Amino acid sequence: MSEMPVNEAPVLSVDNIAKAYGGVQALGGVSFEVRAGELLALIGPNGAGKSTCFNVLNGQIRPDAGTVRLAGRDITGMPPRAIARLGVGRTFQIAAVFGSLTVLANVETALAAARGKSFGLWRPQAGMAREEALALLDQTGIAALADRPAAGLAYGDVKRLELAIALAGSPRLLLMDEPTAGMGAHERLALIGLVRRLAAAHALAVLFTEHSMDVVFGHASRVVVLARGRVIADGSVEAVRADPRVRAVYLGHAGAEART
Amino acid sequence: MLTSPEAKRGNNRVSRGEREKHAAIGSLALATRMFLGFTKLEPRVRLLPKPCRDPKETRVALDALAFQMINGLASASGLFFVAAGLSIIFGVTRIVNMAHGAFYMLGLYLAVTLADRLPGPFGYWGGLLLAALAVGLLGAAVEVLLLRRIYHVPELYQLVATFALALILNDAALWIWGPEDLLGPRAPGLKGSIELLGRRLPDYDVFLAFAGPIVLLALHLLMKRTRFGRTVRAATQDREMVAALGINQALLFTAVFALGAFLAGLGGALQTAREPANLNLDLAVLGDAFVVVVIGGMGSIPGAYVAAVLVALVKALCIALGTVEIAGWAFNMTKLTLVAEFLVMALVLVLRPQGLFGRPHGAPARGLASEAPLRPMGGTGRGLAGAALAATLAVPLVATAWAYAPVLALDMLIAVIFAASLHLLMGPGGMASFGHAAYFGLGAYGTALAATGLGLPTVPAFGIGILAAGAGALVFGWFCVRLEGVYLAMLTLAFAQIVWSVAFQWEEVTGGSNGLIGIWPDWPFDSRTGLYLAALAVTVAALSLIRRLIFAPFGHALRAGRDARLRAEASGIDVARIRWLAFLVSGLIAGVAGGLYAFAKGSISPETLTVGRSIDALVMVLLGGLGNPAGPVLGAGAFTLLQDTVMRETDYWRALLGALILALVLLFPGGIAGGRLRR
Repeated sequence: MSEMPVNEAPVLSVDNIAKAYGGVQALGGVSFEVRAGELLALIGPNGAGKSTCFNVLNGQIRPDAGTVRLAGRDITGMPPRAIARLGVGRTFQIAAVFGSLTVLANVETALAAARGKSFGLWRPQAGMAREEALALLDQTGIAALADRPAAGLAYGDVKRLELAIALAGSPRLLLMDEPTAGMGAHERLALIGLVRRLAAAHALAVLFTEHSMDVVFGHASRVVVLARGRVIADGSVEAVRADPRVRAVYLGHAGAEART
Repeated sequence: MLTSPEAKRGNNRVSRGEREKHAAIGSLALATRMFLGFTKLEPRVRLLPKPCRDPKETRVALDALAFQMINGLASASGLFFVAAGLSIIFGVTRIVNMAHGAFYMLGLYLAVTLADRLPGPFGYWGGLLLAALAVGLLGAAVEVLLLRRIYHVPELYQLVATFALALILNDAALWIWGPEDLLGPRAPGLKGSIELLGRRLPDYDVFLAFAGPIVLLALHLLMKRTRFGRTVRAATQDREMVAALGINQALLFTAVFALGAFLAGLGGALQTAREPANLNLDLAVLGDAFVVVVIGGMGSIPGAYVAAVLVALVKALCIALGTVEIAGWAFNMTKLTLVAEFLVMALVLVLRPQGLFGRPHGAPARGLASEAPLRPMGGTGRGLAGAALAATLAVPLVATAWAYAPVLALDMLIAVIFAASLHLLMGPGGMASFGHAAYFGLGAYGTALAATGLGLPTVPAFGIGILAAGAGALVFGWFCVRLEGVYLAMLTLAFAQIVWSVAFQWEEVTGGSNGLIGIWPDWPFDSRTGLYLAALAVTVAALSLIRRLIFAPFGHALRAGRDARLRAEASGIDVARIRWLAFLVSGLIAGVAGGLYAFAKGSISPETLTVGRSIDALVMVLLGGLGNPAGPVLGAGAFTLLQDTVMRETDYWRALLGALILALVLLFPGGIAGGRLRR
């Protein structure tokens, strides 16, 4: 929850990152920036390198080249937990929560981790940060489920809980890998609307990948298009929508094949 | 505790425990056979006396090295067959077959029997082949009757179920062949020896050294050139895809399991001319095969061969070096063979956690999904805990009427602490340890050595024992937390084997197979009641500590790392470190149980460290129910009672235990406490 005004230095700046698996270039020099308060959609056809890119930003994969900066600080190659503690929250394509804990304990555990208290051995965790945890559940709209086991939640609520867990780290950057995958149309728009309000309220920078174009074109502040590991377009929703190269990638495979 | 019922049993029968003790007394040869069996020479084939060498000599004699290397390659072949079978089965079915050592052992027993009965040279070689084929058939039967029922259960249950099978097969061998070691005939045509660099090498070892690469080549051709091999490789890459292609999966799994069992049986059968069949081989071979598979990479056949050769050569080098002098100290390198094996494995794990030829581990299969969230103890829970405490406090009062009660109750308390320590690791931690006896044993040995060797009073000696266990857990845990699931289970078992053999071989300190005696506590713990009440206080303290831990942020972080590791990491939890700490705490508490055990029994032997003891703890935890913090208490109590009543009545308690485990896994996976488990 940075106090940074919207137009200052970028929260995230990705400079020329590359990653190859064997002979396959998953990322071939990708650069872009995300600013506070902005919802940047990272889109592209399957195999464009979106997931690899996410995993590099989050520290799960070390890039072969290039740098990732968080508010000017080089975080390239740091492990996920260190990046998390610097203020990067993440949600996964297949939502992951701690199934054997209650909804409330899920968020409390994330809060304890964010405060460096995970090695607390004696005082019970329950009650340490109950109010903050409930406030986060309230923000994501699942406060009523606080006492339920996370394992039994409906998928839409799992996604909301994961968002609450990600927010527990007071992130300035939120990485969301397909935040609405597996959700119905109504739920999808409700969730992305929630993310948008949260981003505006806390001056969060949000980077998300997405397959459903109604979400992207209805809610993103800006769009970066990846194809074959390269950025082929970066601009406003309207500009990207009109870009012939983007149309070629999405509409005509022949066109995509012809272009590098 | 696996052998304790026998120890208590009357001496009117020759029980296996006694037989083991007999065989073990003062006999380094047994240890050799059990754990270095693949490298050291049997007396029968040791054609030359061991070279006398000047202790100051540090130069490796080339001839000795070459000699040991051929020997090492011969050993590597046997180990390779087992590890390759294990690997192929795992690749396709994703099951780590804990009964694989038993298949090896059965192969050897069958081969010895058949080679003796069938006439002529054909009898010998035909007998070997028949034995291996019979084991392959047995493997097919096992797949159809047992494994098909457990493909869908969490992997921990698969490991335990196949281990139960190993117990049953071991007792079957005891029933068929009896407790004596069986010597097979010498191989016709290969009874002689050849000369190499002025030394004579047994022909049979040379033959075995070549058998490994030949089978490796045969497997390679089978995998690359045949339809069956292509299917196996495809299934190893992507099981769902193969199912979608309309391949008869049931038949494929059966065939693969039969092939793996055949290889293990062949490995055992080929040892006919080298070592006698005995009932300890199954676990010894399994431990060695695990080390090889971890080094070579699960699923890789060439990896299994390279690793087997590497381990065998490192051992050969140690033996060839003999005693070397470094900075005025004479080291007997032959005793370092096991440590060397451990160091190779440790090095590989640090540099390439997936093994030399393995592919990086994918996301771990979800172990035990979704247990119910922990809740603070309600009124009923408090009432039950209070009643249990009152009952245990009252035990000394009934001692006049029932003298055995305090003994049984003390056994139960020790079991409860031990099971609770394992439960912390397995339940909230999600790490299945198949070698928890290592920390129990370190606690027992540390306490015993401090009390007898250093002459320390009871309480400091107990403290030293606990610290010894903690130190072991700290070192082994550092490696273990880097792995997941079955890899972790294999590594814990391998570590326990190493601790066992150190206790067995380091006679100057540990008393070897005789162990240590005269470990008696001082006042006020020197009376039965005094020790019992102290143990009760320690038990309550240990259980309370564990309960605090699992309700603290640490316990939540531990469960978070188990439920969704990437999610936990992405929230800033250092999962590996949290797990390491859990390992340490679990080891310390297991050490508490071990220290109490040493004082309770007054003497300890390497038996405190056996895999059997680790499995006892596993059974207690599963019996009680993995998803419930009260599980280990109930499980340990019930198991100790069962062990002290039913199992001491029979020679075949291993089979009984195996049947109990299978019943648990197949029928009551929730255990007594009935923690919810989603299959």
